[in-house]
Amino acid sequence: MDIQETQRLLSECLHELANLFHRLPGSAIFLRYVKSSYQNDPIRSAVELFLFLFAVRYLLAPKYSTKPGVVQLSEDEIDDLVDEWTPEPLVGNPTALEEMEVDKRTVIVGPVGPKSKLANGRTVVNLGSFNFYNFNTNESLKEKAIQTLRNYGVGPCGPRGFYGTQDVHMKTEADVASFLGTASCIIYSQAFSTISSVIPAFSKRGDIIVADKGVNFAIRKGIQISRSMVRWYEHNDMEDLERVLAKVTKEQARKPLTRRFIITEGLFESYGDMVNLPKIIELKLKYKFRLILDESWSFGVLGRTGRGVTEHQNVDAAEVDMIVGSLAGPLIAGGGFCAGSEEIVHHQRISAAAYTFSAALPALLSTTASATINILQNSPETVSQLREHTKSLWAQLDPRSDWVYCTSAPENPIMILVLKPEVVAAKRLSIEDQQFLLQDIVDECLTNGVLISRLKTLEDNFEPKQLVPPALKVCVTTGLTKKEIEKAGTTIRHAITKVLSKKK
Amino acid sequence: MPRRSTNFSSVNNPSSAQSLSTNSVKGGIISKASATKPNRLSQLFSTSPKAKADTQSSGGNSLPTSAAPPISSASLSLPTISLSTATAGNPNMDEPPTTLFQPPSPEEARRLAKQHAQFGPIGHPSHRYLILIAFGHVRDFFGKRFREENYRHLKPRNGYGALNSDFDNFYVRRLKLRINDCFERPVTGVPGRYITLIDRATDDHNKHFFFTGTTTDTLNLSSYNYLGFAQSEGPCADLVEESIRKYGIISPSTRAEVGTQDLHTEVEDLVAKFVGKEASMVFSMGFGTNATIFPALVSKGCLIISDELNHASIRFGARLSGASITMFKHNDMRDLEIKLREAISQGQPRTHRPWKKILVVVEGLYSMEGSMCNLPGLVTLKRRYKFHLFIDEAHSIGAIGPKGRGVCDYFDIGTEEVDILMGTLTKSFGANGGYIAADKVMIEQLRATNSGIFYGESPAPAVLTQISSALRLINGELIPGQGEERLQRLAFNSRYLRLGLKRLGFIVYGHDDSPIVPVLLFNPAKMPAFSHEMLKRKISVVVVGYPATPLVSSRARFCVSAAHTKEDLDRVLTACDEIGNVLQLKFSTGVAGGALPSTEDVTPPPEMEKEWHRKHDPVAPPRWRIEDVIRRGVQDVKGPLY
Repeated sequence: MDIQETQRLLSECLHELANLFHRLPGSAIFLRYVKSSYQNDPIRSAVELFLFLFAVRYLLAPKYSTKPGVVQLSEDEIDDLVDEWTPEPLVGNPTALEEMEVDKRTVIVGPVGPKSKLANGRTVVNLGSFNFYNFNTNESLKEKAIQTLRNYGVGPCGPRGFYGTQDVHMKTEADVASFLGTASCIIYSQAFSTISSVIPAFSKRGDIIVADKGVNFAIRKGIQISRSMVRWYEHNDMEDLERVLAKVTKEQARKPLTRRFIITEGLFESYGDMVNLPKIIELKLKYKFRLILDESWSFGVLGRTGRGVTEHQNVDAAEVDMIVGSLAGPLIAGGGFCAGSEEIVHHQRISAAAYTFSAALPALLSTTASATINILQNSPETVSQLREHTKSLWAQLDPRSDWVYCTSAPENPIMILVLKPEVVAAKRLSIEDQQFLLQDIVDECLTNGVLISRLKTLEDNFEPKQLVPPALKVCVTTGLTKKEIEKAGTTIRHAITKVLSKKK
Repeated sequence: MPRRSTNFSSVNNPSSAQSLSTNSVKGGIISKASATKPNRLSQLFSTSPKAKADTQSSGGNSLPTSAAPPISSASLSLPTISLSTATAGNPNMDEPPTTLFQPPSPEEARRLAKQHAQFGPIGHPSHRYLILIAFGHVRDFFGKRFREENYRHLKPRNGYGALNSDFDNFYVRRLKLRINDCFERPVTGVPGRYITLIDRATDDHNKHFFFTGTTTDTLNLSSYNYLGFAQSEGPCADLVEESIRKYGIISPSTRAEVGTQDLHTEVEDLVAKFVGKEASMVFSMGFGTNATIFPALVSKGCLIISDELNHASIRFGARLSGASITMFKHNDMRDLEIKLREAISQGQPRTHRPWKKILVVVEGLYSMEGSMCNLPGLVTLKRRYKFHLFIDEAHSIGAIGPKGRGVCDYFDIGTEEVDILMGTLTKSFGANGGYIAADKVMIEQLRATNSGIFYGESPAPAVLTQISSALRLINGELIPGQGEERLQRLAFNSRYLRLGLKRLGFIVYGHDDSPIVPVLLFNPAKMPAFSHEMLKRKISVVVVGYPATPLVSSRARFCVSAAHTKEDLDRVLTACDEIGNVLQLKFSTGVAGGALPSTEDVTPPPEMEKEWHRKHDPVAPPRWRIEDVIRRGVQDVKGPLY
């Protein structure tokens, strides 16, 4: 009976479906595609059908995480874990050394000069500040700063890129460049942040950095954030540098050419000694590396007019690819700079983080930098006087002490005084013991009216860790007479003897 | 915000609103009568005398005579803001605006509409980038072959690697170079209400600029001068001068060695009291503050969950800390909660050890978006998930909140809910540097572990005095009333400009009370056009595009200041209106506010208010006439910005 009936229903149903299908938008295109693609080739159709089914299956498949090792947990379990989790306090408990660090902080009341008043009311000889030329209390510089204040206000209220570039900044940049003898210069608003930004602006992942093991904290941070490949050479050891350079060149011979940098300091922040620049220039030219030289502590100090280590060792500043320096130390201004060729400076204006994303330098610090550079340039006797003073203080300390020796270069007005190895060995002093002892010396000096400081260093999380020997830091200033300097030197020497001979 | 509207009680006197409306009806947009009225208030936030003289000579029109009384405490402590009589500088609005492009005629518009109905316009901004990129590559291709000397630093040479890679550099050379004249515009003088641009020109397509020897005074909507403390006159500058005489120029040492002076401790106490924390430390650079604080707080085994739009300095510091970093969607508390649950339940990758600490890092006010962090949401989550909270108040401190104390003040949430408050002193206080504020124990410990204290130069006495005097002005210690007035003016100015722009039909991002007002331009080619048109009208604005913003949402950013008067903002609105028409920038559909006023005078029955609104106020694109915007602005800013 019903075969026909069923057939009729079926065909009706099919008809209805076909109608529905034709009403769908795009169905005509689909039909046309199927018709034209079939072309009497059943295998092709089978493959296409398979692909279609695969796509459907793929899209309908449950989602899974691509992260390895994720444990599937229910909401309740997560809630339990959240309840159980107790974080560590944001800041841990201080160690004894850290406590001392905070307790022993010196607070100067009033101006920082060759003689400064402390919070306890006593006036002491200040051999702790980088006020080498005593520009800080110079009346004409103060007047100039006030004049700038009255024209520009204090802050520039914006980053350099957005209306923060004032004419005084451009002038300081030009002044520094012409002082050093480079094509161009860029100023940053903090010296400490300068080199940490300059390095990653050029050296990227895959590039190669060869650096001195004794470089300062800021350079280490710059290297760390650049994520480049680093090779270290022994501190100030030119033979080791050559060995490393040769090794790197050999390793990289077959690989595509990348940027290669040598990074070192003019006067080392942690040791005070001086770089052998002519030799480094020779090696850099031989192995085709670029040189980033941190002159934070040598700019304004070394050389006949304070142009830095390039002037001191008779090297053309243009030979150094990047000279980074500070305007905040002896120049009594603020901020840092990087001098080099026009391309190098231009590149930093867009890609150096501390330049692009930071407010500009206050105008009055910028004009002060220009003014102090001008003084140095026009009166070389200022620099030679500092050298005389340094010699006198050096004579009081290094050759005449049984306990400490000075690792600084003789021209460096910052004297880094380290305990002699035989003293450390004889008394079996750990690093921490030495820090406490040195702090005792600083306190003893202070009771005798001389303000000096310890070399303050911080351990960082960048491998390999750097071990800076604990040291005293004594800074010369021309604000004192030669007699006063010698007397202060004697005081320091006696304090060292007193504290160390007491210690068993 | 209902709490906020109480701020306007003193702005709110009927006479000023009255005089304003009559003024603008009579005199059009900026009546000349009001511009020539001498006014003491306009002197309050004026720039240096030199800049003032320049304004007068360059403009030609007569400005208020410079014989106005010198700034004294009496003239500074005016209790109310008279919004109607303050003068604008010297806008030459009566001359017909010269424009780069002509708006399309009605026929043209119809033809375009018809054309676009058939085939969608190739108007997606990324296409414009594609064109520029294609052009750039073609130019590079030929340039490298025929003008090699220009590409020397991009190619390996004599065995040295290329100084910067061709690819990284492409955007800068081929896209940014085209609009380089909109960036790094050199300025001189105080970046206050007006800013003096040093004119420059180029004859090699923006590669080099030379100075033409002239300057232009422009209305300054570009500097982060929220409370108007960029001044070379007045009580702050006087105190700074005194401090330079007394203390010298800098403190030449690091904070940890012998660079700490009594000024430092004094400012640290003031900052701590101002932000509502037990203790604080100050640094000489805001960027450096963030770059050094994270390594002192977190280390390996800790997790930083950071807002995706956080500032570069936070990323810099976070990367140095060695902690793991994840990001959550901008201001999305649900996404943050998902990330938190995942982090706490899964622990560290591979080992599944629990995280030592989780630090959530947000900004108070985002400088490119104008949006504020969702502090109430964060605090709720913090109670549940026990993470540590770090807020970067670089832009919000001083600029937000009834007392100017930042986001905690704005949302009325106790500062004890936030572990670390960081901020800059560059923006609202007209100084330089940054601070970290937290509990006393924490700060004491951070003094021994923060590298900024150990190696960074100590802030200069002049800068410190600027900070302390600004803070003491805000809290009313120095000249009672002036701080409040600055805060009120800023609050009014921010809301007024934002509402005006919305009503004119612009798409404006951000929070209603934010002094950062980003106007969306979308098309990258409109950035230089907008900047140039504004400059022609003597207004300096910041335009930002990729990479500071997403590729397709280039924008112009206005930074409102307490130094601006209502007339200044009217001048900006008028300029935006004209430019918006010319450059076709009025994209708003009305969903984000700025709706036309309802014509009917019926109030909806309260129980079906929503329903009623939907029926009676269909969302219409707001395209107010500029006269109406200015007329209605003052009264309407007090309510929610619709």
